Amino acid sequence: MNTTSNMSVGFVAEQFDDFQQQRGAAQFGMWIFLATEVLFFGGLFLAYTVFRSLYPGDFVAASHHTVVAIGGINTAILLFSSTLMALAVRAAELRNQKQLIRLLVGTAFFGIIFMILKGVEYYKDWNDHLVPVLNFEWHQPNPGHAQIFFWLYFAMTGLHAIHVTVGICIMLVFAVIARTGKFTSGHFTPIEIAGLYWHFVDIVWIFLFPLLYLAGHR
Amino acid sequence: METATHPAKIYWRNCAALMLLLALTCIIGYINLGMFNVIIALAIAIIKATLVALFFMHIKGSSRLLHLAMTVGLIWLLIMLSFTLTDYFTRGWVPLNH
Repeated sequence: MNTTSNMSVGFVAEQFDDFQQQRGAAQFGMWIFLATEVLFFGGLFLAYTVFRSLYPGDFVAASHHTVVAIGGINTAILLFSSTLMALAVRAAELRNQKQLIRLLVGTAFFGIIFMILKGVEYYKDWNDHLVPVLNFEWHQPNPGHAQIFFWLYFAMTGLHAIHVTVGICIMLVFAVIARTGKFTSGHFTPIEIAGLYWHFVDIVWIFLFPLLYLAGHR
Repeated sequence: METATHPAKIYWRNCAALMLLLALTCIIGYINLGMFNVIIALAIAIIKATLVALFFMHIKGSSRLLHLAMTVGLIWLLIMLSFTLTDYFTRGWVPLNH
């Protein structure tokens, strides 16, 4: 086993030859996980495609009740937080502890703003009687079809919101751990892997925004 | 152990490109183009997702193993979507002439 010549021996687990092999394994594992996440969300996108094909007019009418301003600003917020995340990985690679902590907190901050805006919108949806089963009222044709749209809307944005919440927690925990210098002594892999997760969550929203929000506003 | 760090400029440029595409999709979203609305919106979303994957997730310049993992994920998704939709669209459950 290669020991003394390896600078990074402190954080390379014994089953790996060196840092790059350990990093490659972590990246590969994360991409496999993301592939399963693609299928997890993919099922909902599939349901959306089937029901939108069945009831195109009702889906457009239902989508008209979403708030494009909130959805659009939230898209911009996530894109910006992804940029900060990419810069955080860079800061960890460059062993810049101060910048890394700031960027992780910044990423989490914009995630929190996203969640607040989503909460404001859910509150408005509740007041507009758009929540299926609990208080759904529909004064246009085919309330059942519109209700399917809102089932999907809450399932897709809700599942996405859970992912954002998990991401915010990861960023804040890593920001605290980063204070010890753990990620800025060469071992930046955890930050890189957390970044992959955050960017994936961003990509999911990139598809949710046009399908749920823009569909009804032409 | 050395790592080729990317200049910060790349990330800011990518951010600007993504914001422009977001503005574009919002503007086009408010113009009624019939069925082309959803096609253009999805095309822009795919471009945005590609930019995020290439530059933020570093698919550009990463190992072939990671390219393979990503491609396999997309192929699984396409299998799920295409097989299910062929079923729905060929049984007469979905009226295709709306």
